[in-house]
Amino acid sequence: MIRVANLHCGYGRPNADRDVLHGIDLIVARGELVGLLGPNGSGKTTLLLAISGLLPARAGKIEVAGVDIASLTPRQRALSLSCVPQRAEVPPGFTVRELVLMGRFAHTGMFEDYGPKDFAAVEAALSDAHAGDLAERQASQLSGGEIQRVLIARALAQGRETLLLDEAVSALDMARRVEAYDLLAALHERGSTILSAVHDLNLAALYCPRLVFLKAGRVALDGPTAEIFTEENLKDIYETDIRVGPHPVTGAPQAHLVPGARAAALG
Amino acid sequence: MATAARQSSAPGRMNGRTLWIICIGAASLASGLIACGLGSFPSTPAETLRALAQAFGLSWGQPVDPALSVVIVDIRLARVALSWLTGASLAVAGCVFQGALRNPLADAFTLGVSGGAAFGASVAILTGLAGEAIFAGLAGGTGILPLFALAGALLALAAVLALGRAGGGPSGGMRRETLVLAGIVVSTFLSALISLLKSLDEESVASIVFWIMGSFQGRGFEHVALALPYMAVGLLLVLWRARELDLLALGEGQARLLGLDAGRSRLFLLVGASLLSGAAVAVSGVIGFVGLVVPHLLRLVLGAGHRTLLPASALLGGLLLLWSDVLARSILPGGAELPVGVVTALIGGPFFCLLLGRSSRGRS
Repeated sequence: MIRVANLHCGYGRPNADRDVLHGIDLIVARGELVGLLGPNGSGKTTLLLAISGLLPARAGKIEVAGVDIASLTPRQRALSLSCVPQRAEVPPGFTVRELVLMGRFAHTGMFEDYGPKDFAAVEAALSDAHAGDLAERQASQLSGGEIQRVLIARALAQGRETLLLDEAVSALDMARRVEAYDLLAALHERGSTILSAVHDLNLAALYCPRLVFLKAGRVALDGPTAEIFTEENLKDIYETDIRVGPHPVTGAPQAHLVPGARAAALG
Repeated sequence: MATAARQSSAPGRMNGRTLWIICIGAASLASGLIACGLGSFPSTPAETLRALAQAFGLSWGQPVDPALSVVIVDIRLARVALSWLTGASLAVAGCVFQGALRNPLADAFTLGVSGGAAFGASVAILTGLAGEAIFAGLAGGTGILPLFALAGALLALAAVLALGRAGGGPSGGMRRETLVLAGIVVSTFLSALISLLKSLDEESVASIVFWIMGSFQGRGFEHVALALPYMAVGLLLVLWRARELDLLALGEGQARLLGLDAGRSRLFLLVGASLLSGAAVAVSGVIGFVGLVVPHLLRLVLGAGHRTLLPASALLGGLLLLWSDVLARSILPGGAELPVGVVTALIGGPFFCLLLGRSSRGRS
């Protein structure tokens, strides 16, 4: 479970004017799959950075599985939640398997090397993330889409209980996106708690039972997808004309852009 | 079927790496044996082996001429052991500096750490704290010399990192070249200070001057005994944290997401590498390029994983400096010696240029 209470966050010197998040309240219950949406600059990445412990809160509190993350060591934090970052630098000289094995770091003790349990977890993660065929490749030579599958595999090797994903599928092609979200749906069914920032509205509406929209550092909307994914709400948040219709197969709401609408909205 | 093949190839790769390590290790042992036989009283490897065995109480075949035995064991073996240990320490330290600072040009020499250690050791000698003229070839060092070298190394490193940060980008990040420039500034400043110390005390000139280029001339087992404990502690410290170097290579953000306390880890690693460099410099002077060349060569063959890279660096660094010293003591006619730092610079300089070219091409 993730509980965020009255969170204020920002970069640089502490200064209320320059905060990026202005009092976020959010609870992701155990076993939920929640899509985090919002326009560029609305604070999605900042919120995920704060939850993952990389960015200290200026005010407010973040709990993961009932424990204040500010009180945890990096190792304890890594054990309680795994993250797929938006961009990740991959230095030369590591194979994909070695990179995924690094996800097991927090599971080994100070005087312990990686063991059979870790190797098994790596193989399972590689196969679940459909990255098994990449295992022997040099990680620095992969394409953007391939590296994201590998980062998902590394997060799975690290832990499946609570997952944070930041635009984790934006570099994947359509088929790979579906594959990645099918994987998230399967993990969700097996009890993982997942908070995923998404740019693609329709992908989020197709897979996530609940959506949270951020706008200008505040929670603008939070609720079941079927209730809040409406033309009016989307128009408000994205400030352009958007039409919503049912998905031809699943019936989930899907957004459609209207050409020229943005120019009209701006006058 | 395909999965089974993939899984079996993982241990296969590991075996390939282990094989490399075993090969370099075997080459080190063989080289030691050969090098103990090279010099103005040459001996065959078989004779050398017999002489070494005799020193440990084992004997077979014809007894070795006692005079030759003294040359092989007390003079050459000590020197071979010291050059090997120094090379191993410098290569491992270089590997750690490169990994922990994410800078391919980092090394005890380029960072000014060696210069700092040499300065610290000079102070110890000048003030008489290092004990009775250990570098005049007499026994009786107090063991405090490497501590002074370590203190100098740490101070120089702190100064270089502070300078590098001050000259870095707005995000506080350090550019590769800035750090190396800061290293050169600090090195030059410290070597000027060493010269100043030297001119204050004419008597210690001989013992201080060799630090500028490094040498193993006249070193014996007392120098091995002096440096070995510090080297052992430094090596254990960095080997223990080898996996953390892999995580640090990903950058601080990813390392923290994976559960590493990056700042603390980097501090431990830098202290370990400074211990290794300080101990090496305390007994051998400033020897450049070993820590730069060896890790880069090995990365080409073994990849970037530090759990294999660090032990392999130790073995290859030892091997390289062992042969550099053999060259240094045998290349000039009439028994004259070159400083070993000259040999490593002659080998390493061109390699360094190659590396600079590669890294600038990689970014364009």
